[in-house]
Amino acid sequence: MGSRASSLLREEDIEEIKKETGFSHSQITRLYSRFHSLDKGENGALSREDFQRIPELAINPLGDRIINAFFPEGTNKKYTAREDQVNFRGFMRTLAHFRPVEDNEKNKDLTSGEPLNSRTNKLHFAFQLYDLDRDDKISRDELLQVLRMMVGVNISDEQLGSIADRTIQEADTNGDMCISFSEFTKVLEKVDVEQKMSIRFLH
Amino acid sequence: MEGFWAVFFPVLRVWFTCLVVLIMLPAMFGISLGITETYMKILLKTLEWATHRIQRASRAEEILKRSASNGLIQRNDSSLEQEIEELRRNRPKSAERGDFTLSDVLYFSTRGIESIVEDDVTQRFTSEELVSWNLLTRTNNNFQYISLRLTVLWGVGVVVRYCILLPLRVKGWLSELVHLMCYRICARGLSATIHYHNKQNRPKRGGICVANHTSPIDVVILANDGCYAMVGQVHGGLMGVLQRAMERSCPHIWFERAEMRDRHLVTQRLRDHVNNKTKLPILIFPEGTCINNTSVMMFKKGSFEIGGTIYPVAIKYDPQFGDAFWNSSKYSMVSYLLRMMTSWAIVCNVWYLPPMTQEEGEDAVQFANRVKSTIAQQGGLVDLAWDGGLKRAKVKESFKEQQQKKYSHMVVGDDSSD
Repeated sequence: MGSRASSLLREEDIEEIKKETGFSHSQITRLYSRFHSLDKGENGALSREDFQRIPELAINPLGDRIINAFFPEGTNKKYTAREDQVNFRGFMRTLAHFRPVEDNEKNKDLTSGEPLNSRTNKLHFAFQLYDLDRDDKISRDELLQVLRMMVGVNISDEQLGSIADRTIQEADTNGDMCISFSEFTKVLEKVDVEQKMSIRFLH
Repeated sequence: MEGFWAVFFPVLRVWFTCLVVLIMLPAMFGISLGITETYMKILLKTLEWATHRIQRASRAEEILKRSASNGLIQRNDSSLEQEIEELRRNRPKSAERGDFTLSDVLYFSTRGIESIVEDDVTQRFTSEELVSWNLLTRTNNNFQYISLRLTVLWGVGVVVRYCILLPLRVKGWLSELVHLMCYRICARGLSATIHYHNKQNRPKRGGICVANHTSPIDVVILANDGCYAMVGQVHGGLMGVLQRAMERSCPHIWFERAEMRDRHLVTQRLRDHVNNKTKLPILIFPEGTCINNTSVMMFKKGSFEIGGTIYPVAIKYDPQFGDAFWNSSKYSMVSYLLRMMTSWAIVCNVWYLPPMTQEEGEDAVQFANRVKSTIAQQGGLVDLAWDGGLKRAKVKESFKEQQQKKYSHMVVGDDSSD
């Protein structure tokens, strides 16, 4: 229930999350309620099934890739107790990428030196949706797989293949037939990423 | 110690007799002594005062903002096509071999994250979040300790609810189970104040009454103002006892669990009942499950294939006095009833809407949607197309395929190969 959930979140935790992500106090408590309501097993962590229970996410063609973004590889003990579970810290850290960028955003003292919702970090989130094996390169194969997820069965293999080839051709500048993060950034330099990858909170 | 009990029991007895005389007898005859009305007025005043205190104590602007919209984020309403067009705005369009940009993925990722933070469906299966607190801990989501007076008031409230209201209601509820008047007692037992609107549209014999579903109490509320034939599964346990009790007052239509799976059998039996014009109107909840009374979800088309006149009814509970929603995955029937009996009261509005029939060229699904919008509009509820069955089941793959198809059109244009 609501009151019990917010009492499980201690003030120190809220402060830490505030520093790391930049969310306000009330946003963090409300997101904690949401986290708690998604957590059907009541064990303080979300599994992939918990995410898939959201119908709108289940019908999103890239739903699985987005869910995957919450589960970073390797176990960083702060965010995941096990590989297939994400705790509230990890949940907030991923959501922080979609926080809107304020004009007067002061840099808080973060270890990485850049806020999680900066343009670069947002682009990195999008890059990782394509980069299936997390090797910092988007290969033709990976691009094909993601394209296939997005279009389903409606486009033939050849057509999809030529779309992938054309995309890599246009983006690739160093000739390795893969798209690196800097090449990806260059392709999207005119896109208003800060606005498109932001969620407007009402409070 | 013994002396205490010796005094206590007679006092208790006198007290209960008083209560029986003052509450149950009038209820049986449908007369009101005005006690409930006074109680409600006092309750309202107290809750208003409590809200004032909370508003004064915490920063008033925060509460005001929250009351403007109870949602967490502002959802983007524009369509897939619009959004992707915007994303591609800055690139030259090459219509030759399909149009795909790496930025297309931004649309899906933002929508996905939005649905993780707040989605239309899963929030319907938990109790509604209140803007102002109604002094029940169970609805306390974001309200902290405000003042001593408020806490004292809450404490008094607990005492009143558990020591006075609860015993009253349990005694009243247990003693008269088997009669049409039992519904009136139940309603009184729950301090139910029901406002019926448009009584001229009340369902008539040989018709089908459809309503939105929030809790088992819906039945009590509707049956207070007319006799209906219920449809449903034979249950075991407490529900089973109640069902068999209800059999004796009006003929109902109960199905065995195995029969429910045979849709034709069910439809046939219902059709026979409806065609017999002397039989009572059937009461059906087409959503199939309890929703939390902020929205109306998909109406299953089965009830609309029977033929006959449909009498839509909209039921809206006032959440200030007590949350009537039954979260069956979280609370059992007994604990739900306990919660109901320890709420302040059940206040609800029932609107009888004009009868509707299936029009020419309209299939059952369209008819169901039409009825659903009428009910949603009257009750001030959100009209959703999602299936209430999503409470327990997974969403169908076909919806994902629809999304994929839409996106493919954007990529290859309208002259796609298939």
